[in-house]
Amino acid sequence: MDKHVLLRDLDVPNIRELAVYEANEGYAAWRKALGSMKPEQVMGVVKDSGLRGRGGAGFPAGVKWSFLPKDVFPRYVVVNGDESEAGTFKDHELIEFNPHQVIEGVMLTSYAVLASTAYIYLRGEFYAPAKMLQKAIDEAYAAGLLGRNILGTSYSLDIYIHLGAGAYICGEETALLESLEGKLGQPRLRPPFPAAQGLYAKPTVINNIETLANVPPIVLNGAAWYRQFGTEKSPGTKIFCVSGRVNKPGNYELSLGSHTIRELIEMAGGTIDGRPVKGILPAGESAPMLPASALDTKLDYESVQAAGSMLGSASFIILDDTVDVVWAARKMVRFFKHESCGKCTPCREGTYWALRVYDKIVSGNGSLQDIDQLSDIANGMLNKCFCLLGEFATSPILSTIKHFRPEYEQFVREHQGGRADGYRDELIRDHAVHVLPEESITDERP
Amino acid sequence: MADLVNLTIDGVPVAVPKGTNIVDAAKRIGNDIPVFCYHPKLRQVGMCRMCLVEVGTPRMDPATKQIVKGEDGKPVIAWMPKLQTACTTPVSEGMAVRTQTPQVLAARKDILEFLLTSHPLDCPICDKGGECPLQNLTLAHGPGMSRFEYEAKHHDEKHVPLGDLIYLDRERCIQCSRCIRFQDDLADDHVLQFHERGRNMEIVTLSDPPFNSFFSGNTTDICPVGALTTADFRFKARAWELQGTPSLCTHCPVGCNLTLNTRLETHTGGYEVKRVMPRQNEQVNEIWLCDKGRFVHHFTRAADRLTHPLLRNAGGTLVESTWEAALQRIADRTLGKPITGIAGDRIANEDAYLFAGLLRTVASKGSLISMAPAMATYYADLARAYGVGKDTDFNQLGKGDVILLVNGDLEEAAPVWFLRLRQAVVTRGARLIVANDHTTKMHRYAGQTESYQLGNAANWASTRAAVLAEELKGARHLLIVFSDEKLSTSGVRSLAISLASVLVQSGHAGKSNSGLLPLYPHGNTQGVSDMTSPQPWPDRAEAVWLIGVGEGEGVPQAPFTIVQDLFQTRLAEQADVVLPALSFAEREGTFTSGDRRVQRFYQALPAMGQAMPDWWIVQEVAKRLGATWNYQNTAQIFTEISQHIPAYAGLSYEAISHTEDQWPLVGRGDLYYGGTVYDNTGGLGLRYPADAERADFHADVHLDTPPEVTIEAVQRVRRRLYEDGELIRRSKVLAAHIVNSVTEVPQAA
Ligand SMILES: Cc1cc2nc3c(=O)[nH]c(=O)nc-3n(C[C@H](O)[C@H](O)[C@H](O)COP(=O)(O)O)c2cc1C
Ligand code: SF4
Ligand code: SF4
Ligand code: SF4
Ligand code: FES
Repeated sequence: MDKHVLLRDLDVPNIRELAVYEANEGYAAWRKALGSMKPEQVMGVVKDSGLRGRGGAGFPAGVKWSFLPKDVFPRYVVVNGDESEAGTFKDHELIEFNPHQVIEGVMLTSYAVLASTAYIYLRGEFYAPAKMLQKAIDEAYAAGLLGRNILGTSYSLDIYIHLGAGAYICGEETALLESLEGKLGQPRLRPPFPAAQGLYAKPTVINNIETLANVPPIVLNGAAWYRQFGTEKSPGTKIFCVSGRVNKPGNYELSLGSHTIRELIEMAGGTIDGRPVKGILPAGESAPMLPASALDTKLDYESVQAAGSMLGSASFIILDDTVDVVWAARKMVRFFKHESCGKCTPCREGTYWALRVYDKIVSGNGSLQDIDQLSDIANGMLNKCFCLLGEFATSPILSTIKHFRPEYEQFVREHQGGRADGYRDELIRDHAVHVLPEESITDERP
Repeated sequence: MADLVNLTIDGVPVAVPKGTNIVDAAKRIGNDIPVFCYHPKLRQVGMCRMCLVEVGTPRMDPATKQIVKGEDGKPVIAWMPKLQTACTTPVSEGMAVRTQTPQVLAARKDILEFLLTSHPLDCPICDKGGECPLQNLTLAHGPGMSRFEYEAKHHDEKHVPLGDLIYLDRERCIQCSRCIRFQDDLADDHVLQFHERGRNMEIVTLSDPPFNSFFSGNTTDICPVGALTTADFRFKARAWELQGTPSLCTHCPVGCNLTLNTRLETHTGGYEVKRVMPRQNEQVNEIWLCDKGRFVHHFTRAADRLTHPLLRNAGGTLVESTWEAALQRIADRTLGKPITGIAGDRIANEDAYLFAGLLRTVASKGSLISMAPAMATYYADLARAYGVGKDTDFNQLGKGDVILLVNGDLEEAAPVWFLRLRQAVVTRGARLIVANDHTTKMHRYAGQTESYQLGNAANWASTRAAVLAEELKGARHLLIVFSDEKLSTSGVRSLAISLASVLVQSGHAGKSNSGLLPLYPHGNTQGVSDMTSPQPWPDRAEAVWLIGVGEGEGVPQAPFTIVQDLFQTRLAEQADVVLPALSFAEREGTFTSGDRRVQRFYQALPAMGQAMPDWWIVQEVAKRLGATWNYQNTAQIFTEISQHIPAYAGLSYEAISHTEDQWPLVGRGDLYYGGTVYDNTGGLGLRYPADAERADFHADVHLDTPPEVTIEAVQRVRRRLYEDGELIRRSKVLAAHIVNSVTEVPQAA
């Protein structure tokens, strides 16, 4: 891969400006599609390219678009820019530094499915990036690339940005739709799937920002060109977000399956002080932690799954031997407890309970039975939750106990007798009840 | 039937209609799958995860598209890798379900353990204790021991008034959203919602006034824990101390089936109604009650109930007396003189029948019977002739049907009909036409609205009747709901005639699911009218006898007045004789609802003081005026009614006490399914046919030319559910809700 397909901001300075973008093949796909392609042809190219969703599940985008029921209008395109997974910051870079490619992707998708309204849902914290994106949208309107009768055709399209209110669950596509409709962000029962009844109960396509950023080059250069990158089952390039104990955290765009986790870490400057890797989180906190033995796993959907985890949004958090696994697991469980939407029993109560047990262990009051109890809680949740968030929450518990049980046992033994040591401040900040005097116990409302 | 789906549940075959979910399918064969968030009357949400089961479908050969058969010749089942929520999974042909495998039982235990981690377990002081789904399911499926450490338990507010009628205990709430869904989807009062997320998610009310709904009490029945309690019942009694007696609500024409829960009170030494619960009748109220019906019961044991007969003494004051003296005084003063009797429309059919009989055959010539309120006198005969067909079932109204609502606020006048007819429109697709002089809640669902000036309902109807009849010819069924409110006596008759003519001329008269549905003021307006054939009130009379009239305007002037009632009303204060009657809770009898369903109510409380049933009092007077009556009970009177009142032919206490399984099956041991609604053991009642359904019926010629009405500039009263009155005034919990009817003055045309 000599040039970036997605992170073109790294190759072309100021590509965020319309003029620069257009001078570098920008909106060429859009002009091509409107000028010479039928909507179903656009859909066909994307289907043939094998582009898989980059939001986590990896579902083929073109196939998803083809699920829209015929003859039901209006239809909507909704773009998922909630990007709330820990360690994920690829969509952020795209909308801030290469926004026109994202917009062009939204346009092509809308055209392909004949939607005349698209919403880009961004996490609430993307206040500044949203402004950049809006500026780019305004430029596109001014240039006649958006709006009524675009480029003299009968096709019209409007794009709106909507900012969320700070809930991880609103990245889950149906909770996102609820939130977009102004309701409490909780996932919907499926079926019906969004393709059949999505936003305002109308046929809706939902894709991740990165997914759609792939569409312009695919439409411009064709499916065969795209398939030269990646593997048979995981075609194309993918942005890998690397963070944690590495020297150069950041976004790295690679052909899927072209490199291993070890090589990715090397690209990110290796670990701090060259310390040994202890654990790898391939998809933020949402997929099982892998031990160092998985370092030579190839970076594609199938290989990471075969290694016992998920590629998901490809947000690699690297833990080295300085990281206390019990502490890390507690932090992750706390995240899920905090982000559980509360709709279903196992996730609402399970994350709450598991955090209590972690607090007990980390504050030095734990026992060996507590480790088993954590497994029991996670297994009690497993496969019973309403949506994947609750299932995700079991990963840090089950995978860390599976790979690092001796560390748990050592932790329990060493901290026996209430020696919370370095964790005390953190527990107090998190309102953990085991270290607080009884009278100050309230449920946390952060 | 073509649309039946066959499946097996734990190997037992069952066939259910397409679209049924697994929970309901299992219920058909007596397999109770535990649920919390699912409720058969509410939209499924699948959020509590209690109902997880194993589900499989016949394996298909992808090449041949044929079902793969095993060595035994039976289809091979492909089991889904994960457990499925039975409440949200519709059945499919050949499906197999397993509800008793170790995996399923473990899942139930897991979910219960999760729920209990946050639960306060204050069952010993919880009003739901003894009839609590969580308690019962924990005993059946839950863990025996808690692994959750107490000091880490979730604590929250325990006495949150959600309004003045309903309290929330946040610790007990299991976030099932049944209450929200009931209010949103059935009552269409968007007063409850979730707030916050995760373990902090809680029920809040953001409406002003808070929890503003006529139906709030229902949420306490369907709440699967003791999180919602009524201001009326909380901390009043334990469920297992209560006796349940089937009864009826008398406060509007719906005739909701109730169960009166009573308990012997040590401090008063007598029985009291502790709470009013719905009793399932899918043809009447399903499993719902409005808050008036639920909370108005306090008059039954009000301290100021009349307990002794009162006689006016020589000095002109009313003094306590005995039955013997009171009855003798009445005989002395009325023998040989005509009596004008006015029967209130809440007395039982048996009372009204005897009263009419006394005035017709025992009292002197010239005696007369009327009904209060007078207005219904002018159209109850038309409702009997053109009322809904015998086999009408509101649950069947839907696509292709038209509901025409004229001049009434359905939610204020007949709240439970509002719930049920709204469903016919919003979920089953019936078309609603609303005509009124002001906007009501039903306007929200109307496909067509028509308006007229205040006081012009009858004129509107007579001008529009012919056109409407023409337009509505194509309707599958035509239900015409109307109210007498804000009309004059001639106006109301004209309105009823015009609407009946729409029915006749559009070809819907005498058909099931079609007909007039009058929004009568009370629970037995139709019955009293059927028993009495009431005449208009005269201005003066020689003697007047008021039974159960309460407060009435324009009572005829007379030198001798008898008032028979529950309370010392304003009318009673002016009477010469005041007779204490028993309330509906203290005796037996029948009422006829606005849609002509004859239903029984039973004695739940012992008599209050020396008060007696109305029929007994009437009989005692009749005897003293020379009759040889000897009725022992209401059953005997009803037998006579069925012989003498043609419409009631064929009805008997036995027939109207009949019960059978109703779907959904609620009110049984599995309280988690339907809630605390009572099973119907008192009888489902029977609707008698409308005259128009009879073979020898001929539509009244006058229907062709509805009379023109002049609009008089008199004050008109808009009817309200919580209208001030003798009964509601005695219910402290409803005090804040009492309204004085809005009086409006129309402009003369
Ligand atoms: C708890 C949860 C959080 C999610 N968060 C995000 C997110 O922040 N961004 C995103 O694009 N997809 C997220 N997803 C995935 C979406 O539900 C959905 O699969 C995706 O938007 C589809 O787009 P794609 O096919 O282009 O990947 C999340 C899923 C779950 C279950
Ligand atoms: S698993 Fe349940 S509680 Fe957790 S986020 Fe999903 S729906 Fe909400
Ligand atoms: S208050 Fe009761 S009905 Fe409402 S959500 Fe809580 S448990 Fe369910
Ligand atoms: S709807 Fe009518 S009959 Fe039913 S409870 Fe309310 S007032 Fe009583
Ligand atoms: S999920 Fe089925 S009953 Fe709650």
